[in-house]
Amino acid sequence: MLGKLSWAAVPFDQPIPLVAAALVGVMIIGVLAWVTLKGWLPYLWREWITSVDHKRIGIMYTLLAMVMLLRGFSDAIMMRSQQALAFHSPGYLPPEHYDQIFSAHGTLMIFFVAMPFVIGLMNFVVPLQLGVRDVAFPTLNSVGFWLTATGALLVNISLVVGEFARTGWLPYPPLSEITYSPGVGVDYYLWALEISGVGTLLSGVNLVTTVLKMHAPGMTYMRMPMFCWTTLASNLLIVAAFPILTATLTMLLLDRYLGFHFFTNDAGGNVMMFMNLIWAWGHPEVYILILPAFGIFSEVISTFSRKPLFGYRSMVAATMAICILSFTVWLHHFFTMGAGADVNAIFGIASMIIAVPTGVKVFNWLFTMYGGRVVYSPPILWSIGFMVTFVIGGMTGVLLAVPPADFVLHNSLFLVAHFHNVIIGGVLFGAFAGYTYWFPKAFGFRLHEGLGKASFWCWLIGFYVAFMPLYVLGLMGMTRRMQHYDVAAWRPWLLIASGGAAIILVGIILQIAQLVVSIRRREALRDRTGDPWDGRSLEWATSSPPPAFNFAVPPRIDGEEAYWRMKQRERQQAKLGEEPPYTEIEMPRNSPTGFVCAFFATFMGFALIWHIWWIVALAALGAYATFVVFAWRDRHEYIVPAELVARIDRTNRHARGAALAGWRTAP
Amino acid sequence: MSGFEATAGRGDPNPIGYNRESGHRPHTAEHAAAGGVASKRIVVGYGFWIFLLSDIIMFSAFFATYAVLVGQTAGGPNGRELFDLRNTGIETACLLLSSFACGLASIGAQAHRGSWFYGAMAATFILGAAFIGLEVQEFVGLVARGAGPTRSAFLSAFFTLVGCHGLHVTAGLLWLLTMMAQVFAKGYRADILRRVLCFGLFWHFLDIVWVALFSMVYLMGATI
Repeated sequence: MLGKLSWAAVPFDQPIPLVAAALVGVMIIGVLAWVTLKGWLPYLWREWITSVDHKRIGIMYTLLAMVMLLRGFSDAIMMRSQQALAFHSPGYLPPEHYDQIFSAHGTLMIFFVAMPFVIGLMNFVVPLQLGVRDVAFPTLNSVGFWLTATGALLVNISLVVGEFARTGWLPYPPLSEITYSPGVGVDYYLWALEISGVGTLLSGVNLVTTVLKMHAPGMTYMRMPMFCWTTLASNLLIVAAFPILTATLTMLLLDRYLGFHFFTNDAGGNVMMFMNLIWAWGHPEVYILILPAFGIFSEVISTFSRKPLFGYRSMVAATMAICILSFTVWLHHFFTMGAGADVNAIFGIASMIIAVPTGVKVFNWLFTMYGGRVVYSPPILWSIGFMVTFVIGGMTGVLLAVPPADFVLHNSLFLVAHFHNVIIGGVLFGAFAGYTYWFPKAFGFRLHEGLGKASFWCWLIGFYVAFMPLYVLGLMGMTRRMQHYDVAAWRPWLLIASGGAAIILVGIILQIAQLVVSIRRREALRDRTGDPWDGRSLEWATSSPPPAFNFAVPPRIDGEEAYWRMKQRERQQAKLGEEPPYTEIEMPRNSPTGFVCAFFATFMGFALIWHIWWIVALAALGAYATFVVFAWRDRHEYIVPAELVARIDRTNRHARGAALAGWRTAP
Repeated sequence: MSGFEATAGRGDPNPIGYNRESGHRPHTAEHAAAGGVASKRIVVGYGFWIFLLSDIIMFSAFFATYAVLVGQTAGGPNGRELFDLRNTGIETACLLLSSFACGLASIGAQAHRGSWFYGAMAATFILGAAFIGLEVQEFVGLVARGAGPTRSAFLSAFFTLVGCHGLHVTAGLLWLLTMMAQVFAKGYRADILRRVLCFGLFWHFLDIVWVALFSMVYLMGATI
């Protein structure tokens, strides 16, 4: 009846996951009870859960990423403290638990923090920057988000029901095969990623179509803001790489569930094929994450340096070059496979070549700042912190791209330090820069600046204290994923590293404080005009938060930096442009399809993990029925009447007119 | 934000790159395409094409795997001993003809001709179902001969590659019936016609994959 599921699946003998899960459970029940008692459930259902508005979906993606960041970071604290304690001692985490923690940490941070964070920002910003009303496929967007949430939920359910994978964040066979991992941990990993991978693919298809086919009149490709270009490149990579992940994980599932022989040791299976396939997805994945961050830095640096982006065309070329080159370097993840000197040399050189367009970008950002009047707000602090940190991480990457050096450093803490250097210093700093930069656009008020700066410095210093020692440890020969060790010389460095994690913890607490304080003082931080930073691209041309339809009339674009030109014209003429003729607007209706579909997907994933086949069948039927019900819908759109459009837009024009008058009289 | 106002309006002190051409030089071909948001039909068809490309990449992962594992028979039977070109030839004929019928159905839908559309869709369904029937028959026969997917890495890769295509065709058949029911219930509405367009693209795409599959797996496997 319930397959492999029984009470034995709940780890009553392990206090740490149980207490953690109980705390989270109490918090979730508390929040639900609060929301229900306040009578907010209908509002949440109508306006958020069923929303197909790209802005709301983007915000929900970002929120998911931030909550999962807390979970992933608590894993990090546990690993750092375990290694600080486990000198000549077993520490406080038994090996089978420690292995689950480092696997869950990597899985969560890549798939459920970094990915939803950048996808959320792209979703929120790109249609606004292109001057359009929504993405190409609004309901599909909602489906994609909720499937991602399903994956995150499954990973977190594994904390209390069963176990998570003990194989690392990529389940290398033969360890991940049923012979050596007979539990449900790897199955949790596989089904969570299969389901959220579909969500990511849908989001990629959606955003590629949006950037290539949805434009305000006059917004040609070479007039798009840089963030739109990096979004295009990143989503092209999603479309081209995620199917490989789906196929690879499917093969491992077939091995585990039906006794196939793709990656087994016997019957002709080929273990190294898994490494090749997974990294043919995995290396582009690195650029899926970093390219949107590059776009964010381009926007932020240009805005806060008060200058157009230097070398726009070379930036576009560098972005697209990285997009293509990212598919030619995957083998550097396993130089030690023994493919031979020639193959290793080719992939080593390719890996070094990909540093060239990245270098072009760094110089472009530097030259954008050069001669500008830089305003040191938190978004550009994150950007400057990124440039310094990422260059160091990039150089250690080029070092690892030298095959002989890689043979020495392979799977050591040097590698761990390198990829944290580029992912924290690149992707996460970029995400935080974007979060601070676009927060006023999303909610209508700015984030508290002092707390933002304090949190930035904690993160930056904490990062260096936590990860520079790992470079040293790697050179000293310490391998990754060690539950305990006996080398006295390593200990001081590990103690320093855990101190760094503590500093980062302070940074995270300050970020939470920043959010709370900003919400409480929102009136003082209010952005009335919709253009709090004196921005240059179209998202600042509408109110904060933007109306559901984004723009009352589609903006007409006659050059690069669309909004900057409009604003300059208005400033020269000392008045706003003519009031446009307002007409009614058609907007897509909200739909519960995404949520209901993910509801069934959650049950299906859980039932597949535990071999409860009748639930699988029911859930599949439910998902199909959901789509049929959606397809049978007769009304897809609702009408925003012209008077309402006029009223909303006039309010914003009034605020902008006042700001324009203020700008004229300022000394 | 006083720092902002101070430099506003002064322009770029280093006018290289982004603002290099601040004039109104028209971007030629691209400019013509920039008249605003593309029509729904174009957006939907384009997006579906992007999805199909991603599906092709998934197939290519299975193709690559098959190419790597084709020799790994683990002492079991190889392709030449197992493949029946006559059977797969009939399968190919069914699928190619079903694609033709699907094309007729698309034209019928465009022309709002009920009998034409339903007749051609029914023909598509019958031919597609025949294809699936023959494939299932082949699979059952192989398993009965002890050449199931668990026998060797070669057979794992074979069953996965061909089975993945078969699952796509099965899903296509379910979609086909849903489409017929939808046209019956809703008529030739613009949104329904867009879905018929996507279904057509999907069905022809399955043909393309099959051509590659037939050549690489069956023709090459049966001769080498």
